[in-house]
Amino acid sequence: MSVTVPGPRRPREDVLDKLKPVITKRWMSPNAWRLDVYEQLDGYKALRKALGYSEADLIAFMKESGHRGRGGAGFPVGMKWQFVPDDGQEHYLVVNADEGEPGTCKDLPLMMNDPHSVIEGIIIASYAIKASRAYVYVRGEAIHAARRLRHAVREAKEAGYLGKDILGSGFDLDVVIHSGAGAYICGEETALLDSLEGKRGQPRLRPPFPATHGLYNKPTCINNVGTIAAVPHIVLGGADWWKSLGSENSAGTMIYSLSGRIKRPGQYECSMGTTLRELIELAGGMQEGHELKFFTPGGSSTPMLAADSIDVPLDFDNVAKAGSILGTTAVMIFSHQDDPVVACWRWIKFYAHESCGKCTPCREGNYWMVRVYERILSGQGTMGDLKLLTDACKNLLGRSFCGLGDGATSCVTSSLKYFKQDYLDYIEGHKPALFSAEKIGAH
Amino acid sequence: MNYPEKIREQAEAILVRYPAGRERSALLPLLHLVQSHDGCISDDGIAFCAEILNITKAQVQAVSTFYTMYKREPAGDWLVSVCTNTLCHAKGGQKVFDALSDELDVGHDETTADGKITLEHAECLAACDYAPVVTVNYEFFDDMDEQRALDLVHELKEGRRPVPSRGAPLCTLREISVQLAGFEEERTAGLEGNAQGDATLAGARLAAEAGITAPAFDPDAPLLAKEPEEAK
Repeated sequence: MSVTVPGPRRPREDVLDKLKPVITKRWMSPNAWRLDVYEQLDGYKALRKALGYSEADLIAFMKESGHRGRGGAGFPVGMKWQFVPDDGQEHYLVVNADEGEPGTCKDLPLMMNDPHSVIEGIIIASYAIKASRAYVYVRGEAIHAARRLRHAVREAKEAGYLGKDILGSGFDLDVVIHSGAGAYICGEETALLDSLEGKRGQPRLRPPFPATHGLYNKPTCINNVGTIAAVPHIVLGGADWWKSLGSENSAGTMIYSLSGRIKRPGQYECSMGTTLRELIELAGGMQEGHELKFFTPGGSSTPMLAADSIDVPLDFDNVAKAGSILGTTAVMIFSHQDDPVVACWRWIKFYAHESCGKCTPCREGNYWMVRVYERILSGQGTMGDLKLLTDACKNLLGRSFCGLGDGATSCVTSSLKYFKQDYLDYIEGHKPALFSAEKIGAH
Repeated sequence: MNYPEKIREQAEAILVRYPAGRERSALLPLLHLVQSHDGCISDDGIAFCAEILNITKAQVQAVSTFYTMYKREPAGDWLVSVCTNTLCHAKGGQKVFDALSDELDVGHDETTADGKITLEHAECLAACDYAPVVTVNYEFFDDMDEQRALDLVHELKEGRRPVPSRGAPLCTLREISVQLAGFEEERTAGLEGNAQGDATLAGARLAAEAGITAPAFDPDAPLLAKEPEEAK
């Protein structure tokens, strides 16, 4: 099942052409986080343009652009903006910057290197949905991102881009950068709202949806920080331009975050629909002695794909057709030297740790799956354990308030589908135990 | 609850960030604030937050125990977090953790006998392109291995402040907690720090070297094609 990918020093021209530096363009300028440099690099031009349109026109434009959310679910952005009722109530924009999905590492470099693009996107989005207050919920650990965002807010305020009567438009907006405190679940939008209200970060039952009953039970639009940072570019470039950068139903560019067994891991902003084969070529090929075995298209919550999916265009529709989810395009690349059983064990430990404990299937299911994995990896597993894992996943999927439990089943189910033999190797004794049975509490 | 006047002033400054009647939103930053004073979430800190927000101590404690960044025991000046999630694990993160655990003679969420260094294994730190990754007080030390990680803690033990690969020059965990409470970085060097690295810039550099840019556009083109017709 493994495929050897050639690793030329310089990718072929047609592969290089997949690169589309838009969101990542300013990252090359070490001081683009400062307002004066940002302004020299087209900064706040999109805001001036957007303020020349009505709120309804901006929402219509965003729908026309085909822009979809970058936080994993890919929901159409214009539609989300439109869902916020225009009923004169207080409205909120909440930006989800709680990046923590295993494999995902594109939002932190974005916030650190180009914080004003986030602020500018926030102002445009808030204007469109008539919000006069916006919050950015930044993952606590992302301290340098929060530091630069806070600085950007102050600079923007001093320059008249935030506060009262922004650029003479009559529109008022305050932005608060709110640091979290270490909980993956707060990346789930309703858990985030509870956390932002000063509570434990536990998901809410939907409906009602945040669009009508969100922060403080008021209409709230929640967008991922990458979604928001793309907005000024789209406003400047236009809907057709944004669509031309991607593939059908997947407008725009995407930052593919490549990690794992490749020569040059990192952030590669490409057209939507770039394949793994092309991405690996851009990253200089596989590391010496490593052959591709499996990968996640978009983080640990998206089902892993085997090496034969190397030519699947990584966009929303094609990844779904291949049996996975585009997610956050956090492409974790594993080789024949990596063990899918061990990979799943670590991921399930993560989900067990991060389950908020509200829903029994997620809290107990993940706890016990960790123990089953440890039994298998200690050489004490039975064939019944594979059935037990499958059964646990069936009882987890779709049975909790939020997607954390669903996401946990992805790696288990997909690894059993593609790599059952790797499990059997431990159960049948073809492979030495990873650790001794004495450490295992399930016996 | 003998908190100095400065902490009380900072608490007030936190409260006004949130709308009137929605002050409870200030709880997470307030907990970071009391941790900046006590080095952990103490009983006094819980009582202080409860008093400020006019909620019960049980409500505050329910929140403080939910989040991993609130420490229940006094933490050291240097919180060393080692990512051992799948990708970092595959690239040696567990070995890094084990080496540090042996060297410091502490396990997960434990502090050295001299009270200086707290070690923890962390879940994904959103730096998989620099795996395996370690943070000290949440500033990144990228592309670690056992030896580099040992060198890092040796420097910390000797009272030096190693320079992070990405992030700001190190300050103590208590100082960083003030920033987590939402106060701006006061050090110019801290704001500057470094946010770039080979992996961050990999795609952008490759494009620049190959002379590739995104297609040009007319920034003044109207947003909606139908608009000129309406204007007529």
